[in-house]
Amino acid sequence: MSKVHVTTTVNGDAVEFLADPRETLLDCLRDHVGLTGTKEGCGTGDCGACSVEMEGVLVCSCLVLGVEANGKRVDTIEGMSDGHDLHPLQRKFIEHAALQCGFCTPGFLVAAKALLARSPDPTEEEVRYWLAGNLCRCTGYDKIVRAVMDAAAEMRQEAA
Amino acid sequence: MAKDGLTEFRLIGTRPDRPDGLDKVTGRARYGADFALPGMLFGAVVRSPHAHARIVRIDTSRALALEGVKAVVTRADLPDGLEGEDWDLQENTLAGDRALYDGHAVAAVAATSRLLAEEAARLIEVDYEVLPHVIDVDDAIRPDAPVIRQGAADASVPEGMPPNVVRYMEFGHGDIEAGFAEADIVRERSYRTEAAHQGYIEPHACVGQLGADGAGEMWVCTQGQWYIRRMCAAVLGLETAQLRVTPSEIGGGFGGKTTIFMEPLSLALSRKAGGRPVKIVMSRAEVLRATGPTASASMDVRIGMKKDGTITAARAEFRMQGGAFPGAPVDMALYCAFAPYKLPAVQHIGYDVLANRPKCAAYRAPGSPMGAFAVESLLDEMCRELGIDPVEMRLTNAVREGDRASYGPTFGSIGLVEVLEAAKGHPNMAAPLGPNQGRGIASGYWFNHSGETSVSMAISEDGTAQVSVGTPDIGGSRASIALMVAERLGIPYEDVRVNVVETGALGVNEPTHGSRATFASGKAAVVAAEQAIAEMCRRAAAEWGIDAEAVEWVDGAAQPAGPNAGRFPPMTIAEIAGKMGQTGGPISGHHEGLPEGVGASFGAHVVDVEVDPETGRVTILRYVVVQDAGRAIHPAYVEGQYQGGAVQGIGWALNEEYVYDDRGRLANPAFLDYRVPVASDLPMIDTVIVEVPNPGHPYGVRGVGETGITPPLPAIANAIEDAVGVRLTHLPMSPSKVLAALKGRG
Ligand code: FES
Ligand code: FES
Repeated sequence: MSKVHVTTTVNGDAVEFLADPRETLLDCLRDHVGLTGTKEGCGTGDCGACSVEMEGVLVCSCLVLGVEANGKRVDTIEGMSDGHDLHPLQRKFIEHAALQCGFCTPGFLVAAKALLARSPDPTEEEVRYWLAGNLCRCTGYDKIVRAVMDAAAEMRQEAA
Repeated sequence: MAKDGLTEFRLIGTRPDRPDGLDKVTGRARYGADFALPGMLFGAVVRSPHAHARIVRIDTSRALALEGVKAVVTRADLPDGLEGEDWDLQENTLAGDRALYDGHAVAAVAATSRLLAEEAARLIEVDYEVLPHVIDVDDAIRPDAPVIRQGAADASVPEGMPPNVVRYMEFGHGDIEAGFAEADIVRERSYRTEAAHQGYIEPHACVGQLGADGAGEMWVCTQGQWYIRRMCAAVLGLETAQLRVTPSEIGGGFGGKTTIFMEPLSLALSRKAGGRPVKIVMSRAEVLRATGPTASASMDVRIGMKKDGTITAARAEFRMQGGAFPGAPVDMALYCAFAPYKLPAVQHIGYDVLANRPKCAAYRAPGSPMGAFAVESLLDEMCRELGIDPVEMRLTNAVREGDRASYGPTFGSIGLVEVLEAAKGHPNMAAPLGPNQGRGIASGYWFNHSGETSVSMAISEDGTAQVSVGTPDIGGSRASIALMVAERLGIPYEDVRVNVVETGALGVNEPTHGSRATFASGKAAVVAAEQAIAEMCRRAAAEWGIDAEAVEWVDGAAQPAGPNAGRFPPMTIAEIAGKMGQTGGPISGHHEGLPEGVGASFGAHVVDVEVDPETGRVTILRYVVVQDAGRAIHPAYVEGQYQGGAVQGIGWALNEEYVYDDRGRLANPAFLDYRVPVASDLPMIDTVIVEVPNPGHPYGVRGVGETGITPPLPAIANAIEDAVGVRLTHLPMSPSKVLAALKGRG
């Protein structure tokens, strides 16, 4: 199948690659752009390990075709920390031991960031429902939920 | 809560950031599928769509004709003459004359891209002659069941048993009939549990490279790089030392990544493709269809009890299928089933049965959850009948140090009584319950394990330390090992780097399994640190011109042991390390062996549920895990093990099961239908870490990874009965099953 030239912006950087039209955005990020922080846990939209933002909207990159990213802005886990400083969510995940194997972590962080952007003061229930599309098999979610709530509190304080 | 009063550690019991945390929150950590090598090819696997079928013909010509396809392998490419477990592994890697389950690999192909490899796999034509199949364990054990494999039974199976029984066991002690005669009530029930998958979020992935000279390398997500090496070498007929296996970061395993699946195929394809590396990454459907779930079980339990709750006798007969190969953990299930109880008479009978399903793999406390579901459910029912408090009954019969275990050995130091007392006093026990709400409690047990262990550590020029361990870090073991080594050396936690190393760097290590990493690698690392300390004391003694025995190690420095030894200021680890090049060369420590002194871990869980009488849905309202850790080196990761184990148990209890259609095909090979718990299903999971130190470990560690998956299955069943008065004996306790039970109640 002939390939398609895709021009896009990933974490603020201009990126170009040739995509087979059958390849997902997840495949393209991992295999063509060289950003392997976004993970594949299922390939069917059920685990959230592949979460990224496209044009500021949280998506499962395994359900988006690579060619759809043409001309769009994509943000991944690799763009989450601002140079030296970790995003508060990243810091709180480490602090609260909210990761064991860490494989689900990039997806949770990207999804949680999208939550806090729209709802800076979420209830525990809101956090649990927002993150219900992200599977973690190691932690039982307790420490993840705590880390997200704590990061939200810190971000609110900083904003105040 | 430590019993021995030795709580005054500098670092043990603190909660520092884990050393691999930064890599894991930034996406930098490299997992199995993240590796790439120059010239790399991509592999795809052709799998049987039938539960049981003769393979009549495999035609690879159309696939090989495709441009970019570099190699195809079938069973004909693997050596003949393997026996026992090696044969099982080879047969599971690639089917021989028959496909034994839906998803069984029959061929593999390597091509220049993943899409091309998948296309080529579709072009490989396989003609099958479909054979009768059997899925359910009770069907498989019938004398007229389709025979999975003639002659697979081992010597334990008596003459005249049904053909799919491959292992049989019978053991116990005491006069069982006299015990039942002595009881005030004797009750017997049957229970069933379904196969569940470990459900690690990272699918299996590897890059394998093998040259014509038989030397090769592999990068793979695994719990045990030496197991991968030995098993791949056996299946392919290679010399073990010629294969070098490097573990990646691992995205969960829970026992399921202690064996091989497609790994040998990447090597076989590489060899045929002129030594080009071959990457294989499984899809989720492949993970569910073809990697090891746990066994399914059918169980009968009979217990005799006096009015005061004393158990007089117990008997269990468990039948388990672990797929088309021997290895269902029926032995472990029986060993653990009655372990929390001191029994005058007990009898265990077990059958390991073949069925047309994937080869089972270990899953967190293999076997223990099934046995606990049966035994802890029946005990709860009997307590209800007699009007006895279930915690008091458990205390009445609890095993203590020096008691004979139900499965034979004598218990050393154990903390079951302390665990039950802590559960009894937990505030959740007093929380009010509303209509359709109920509370359940259950105990659980796991032996814990030591196993082959080899660890090296070396002091760097600046006095920092590096530790090389062979047990991959799945849930924070780098942090716990660094804490122990830093504690012993008397240096900051941040000054210790723990590396998980490849097979070329150490002697054989068993995987991270059996809750052994912090116990066994930790214990060996402490011994290695002590060797380095002894050497540093010798170096200081030589400089001071005194006896090495007159030097002691305190707070990260050598110092004279008392005024008689001489008056010298302490010599720090940095000073000693800075000049080690002039004082005798590198300073290191190394320990290998089978660390002794494993400490068993008991736990008890208390769960409150609410049952929706309209839909049968069970909601977890409150949950508390109480478990003996021996000592929690890094309490946050101990809590994490407790919480994660409990939630896997909750999933197994309420949702998870392998569903087969009438042709024996797995009907739910996706996370949408094989539904593991999600965040919105759950409350916070409370934890109580009981610390009854294990005298067999320098810091009292028992191992905490596995016990926690065991109690949820029965605890939830017990809570459901408490809530709505129906007893569920068949997992999962899905809404439809609960609703049917409520309707049956009338
Ligand atoms: S990989 Fe995209 S949702 Fe699982
Ligand atoms: S930390 Fe392992 S899947 Fe979440």
